[in-house]
Parts: sequence; structure tokens; C-alpha cells
Amino acid sequence: MWQWLVRLYHRLGSPKWFYELTSGWIFWLALVSVIGTVIGLTLGLLYAPADYLQGNSFRIIYIHVPAAIVAQSGFVMMAVAGAVFLIWRMKMAAWVARAIAPIGASMCLISLFTGAIWGKPTWGTWWVWDARLTSMLMLLFLYFGVMALQRAIESEEASHKAGAILSLVGLVNIPIIKYSVEWWNTLHQPATLKLTEKPSMAPDMLWPLLIMIVTTYVFFALLVILRTRNEILWQERKRSWVQQLPEMAGGKR
Amino acid sequence: MSLVTATIRRDLLLAARNPGEWLNPLMFFLMVVALFPLAVDPDPKFLARIAGGVIWVAALLATLLSLDALYKADVDDGTLEQWLASGESLYLLALGKALVHWLCSGLPLTIMAPVLGLMMALPNDAYWAMLLSLLIGTPILSLLGSVGAALTAGVRSGGLLLSLLILPMYVPVLIFAASAVYHAGLGMTYNGQIGFLGAMLALAVCLTPFAAAAALKLNLSR
Repeated sequence: MWQWLVRLYHRLGSPKWFYELTSGWIFWLALVSVIGTVIGLTLGLLYAPADYLQGNSFRIIYIHVPAAIVAQSGFVMMAVAGAVFLIWRMKMAAWVARAIAPIGASMCLISLFTGAIWGKPTWGTWWVWDARLTSMLMLLFLYFGVMALQRAIESEEASHKAGAILSLVGLVNIPIIKYSVEWWNTLHQPATLKLTEKPSMAPDMLWPLLIMIVTTYVFFALLVILRTRNEILWQERKRSWVQQLPEMAGGKR
Repeated sequence: MSLVTATIRRDLLLAARNPGEWLNPLMFFLMVVALFPLAVDPDPKFLARIAGGVIWVAALLATLLSLDALYKADVDDGTLEQWLASGESLYLLALGKALVHWLCSGLPLTIMAPVLGLMMALPNDAYWAMLLSLLIGTPILSLLGSVGAALTAGVRSGGLLLSLLILPMYVPVLIFAASAVYHAGLGMTYNGQIGFLGAMLALAVCLTPFAAAAALKLNLSR
């Protein structure tokens, strides 16, 4: 098992191997994303019962919650990939980390945006200084910071390392921010405007949500893999294996 | 004399001979606070409620303003390369630089804050809370900021970038510190908030110099 892991790790470090391995995955990942979205949204939007408090407006949960979950775990993945790069100098990890940043930030934006749309009918306002909203906003700022830093540093190596260090510092900070914001909110704002707590969601509502969460993870993986493959092609464009790829033939007219 | 103490001594001397370095953030602090009564409402009752938050936001911005220069000169004139070549502990060096930054920004801010408290009609009960929170909170700002300063030292126009990177990380400090001042003003206890600030300071002292040291090394590979 250990030997196998070590071998897998060494192989993952090779851009060529990663590129060839994932070539076959893209179709299946895309297929699962599409099918999962169709099933999840159909079940969620058409068949799940309306909420007894919020009526139909709660149905945006099927986009809102998956996006929020993936945005949060995306930051962890980015930081872990950055750590792998810092510790073992694995270039592939840096490319993956860089690929994740804008996708995670987009997921963060989607969850904030859908949250605002959801907040309008439920709370009567687009934005509330609620603990969760605020910590998602801070997460978005952290993503922006990592992206801005990566873009500002010209040297390739240094920009990867700087992004990795910043995302690791951010990773340590995320729980601190989350809990401080929650604490601040519960002190200042009594629970006048709060998400209606649903300790036990009806299974009809829960299943579509679980399907959407898994689907969003798959979609996220697809986007990250596509971006990483582009990065590989760009970084290795002078190497012969890239120039011999059939998909590169069109570019050399 | 070790490299770290020599650097601290040199930086303090530089600050003493070039007072703008620590005076400018201080004046900025004063001016920003003065803007709030002008822009929002000069009513003392209202000011008393927002005083702690306003003073803390201004202190945070003033700290950010002076962070930009923390490592810039050392990267530009090659001092950093000498540090790296010397084999001395970069961890201690980063800690020392953060200490110097705090002595030149956080400490003057803390000393000046009571005057601003008067201008902002801060409730009498809140002065100790404000001083304590600034005394414990501003070193955290310097330590966290030194990571950002090390990351952006070699970047052109890194000042704005530095603010982007560091501001979200300052949020917990701001929340606990401002809340300590606010609750002290209401006559409530504020031990909990100060305790959290102390815990964050301990964490920052332990961890941020590692990140700053790693970030400093990057400036060589540019």
C-alpha cells in the first residue's frame, strides 16, 4: 500500500502522466456533472415539498449550499496543494493550487450572490451582517488576496511560493475568523434574522441537496483538472511530448 | 552583538533619526478619527457608542500604512541577502523586525489613544479596556502584517496589495478589541475579549515569524 502511494505520488509529479491520465476523465466528469445537475435540480425544484416557513424560495438552497461548501473546501485544497509544493517542491501541486484559486473564488461569489437572492424574500433584505455571510465574505477576500499576490509577482517560482504561504496563513486564520465572527454576531445581534434552523430536513428535501453537493464537487474537480491541463500545456509548450499531441496540431499552421 | 539585536538597534536608530517614519502613521491615526464626527454625527452620545470601533479601525489602517516599508529597504539594498547568507535564524529576525515595527507604530498609537478617546467622548469606564486592547492587539497587527510585508517586499506598488492580503486576517483582532472597548463602556466585564486577544497574540508570536521567514526567502528567487 505504502509503496503504491509513493509510486502514485512520484507519477503525479509528472505533468505528462497527469495530462494523459486525465484525458480520459474529462468526458466522464462532465457527464456526471450534467446528469447530477439535471437529477438534483429536477428533484429539488419540482419534487421536493415547499418549506412550511419559506415556501418555494428555499429551493435556491440547491445551488447556494453546494457552492458554499465547495468554496470552503476549495481553500483547504488550495492550501494543501501549496504545502505539498513548499515541502516537496512538486511543480504540479503549484499548478493545481493556482488552478483552484479563481474557481474557488467563483464558487464563493455564487454562494454570496444566491444568498443575497435568498435573503431578499426571507429576511426582507439583500444583505445582513450575519455570521455566516460575513465569514463567507472574508473567505472571498482571502481568495482575492491569494490571486492578487500570485498575479503581482513576476517570477514564476516566487509567485507560486508566495501564494502557497499566503494560503497556508489564510488556512490557519479561517477558523479564527469564522469563530470570532460568529461570536461577534451572537453578541450584537439577537436572533431576529437568522436562517430558520432545520435540525432534521425532510428526506425529500435532503436527497436532492446531497446529490447537488456531490455533483458540485465533481464539477469543481472537472474545472480544476481542465485549468491544470491548460497550465501544463502552457508550461510544457516547448517540450516535445506537448508538441506531438494531436490537439496541438491545429495551432501550428 | 548578534545579528538580530544589531538589526533591531539599527532600525530603532533609523526611526529616531527619521521621525516621519513613526510620526506620519500617528498623524494619520489622528486625522482619520477626526473625520468620523465630521462625517457622521458629532453628538457625544452617538460618538461614545462608536468610539472604540472607530479608534480601532483607525489604528488598524495606520498600522497598515507603515507596514509597507518594513522590509522594502532591506530587500532593495541587499541587506536581506546578507541576512540569508549569515545563517542566522530568520525566525528571530522576523520576530525582531515585527517588534521594531510595533515599537514604532503600535506603541505610539496606544499612548496617543486616550487623547482620541477624549475627542470621541469615550465613556470613562472604557479607557483601561482601550489601552489594554491596543497594548495586546497592536502587536498582533504588526506580526501578521510582517508576513504580508515580507511577501510583497519585492513587488512594485506592493502597499495596496499588502492591504488586500492582510485586512481579512485583521478581522478577528478588530472584533475582539472593539467589543472589549464597547462592553467596558457599558460597564460590563471584558476579560473574555482581552483573553482571546492574548491567545491570538501567543499564537501570532509562535507562528507568524515562520511564515515571514519563508516569505523573506522568496525575495531572493525573483
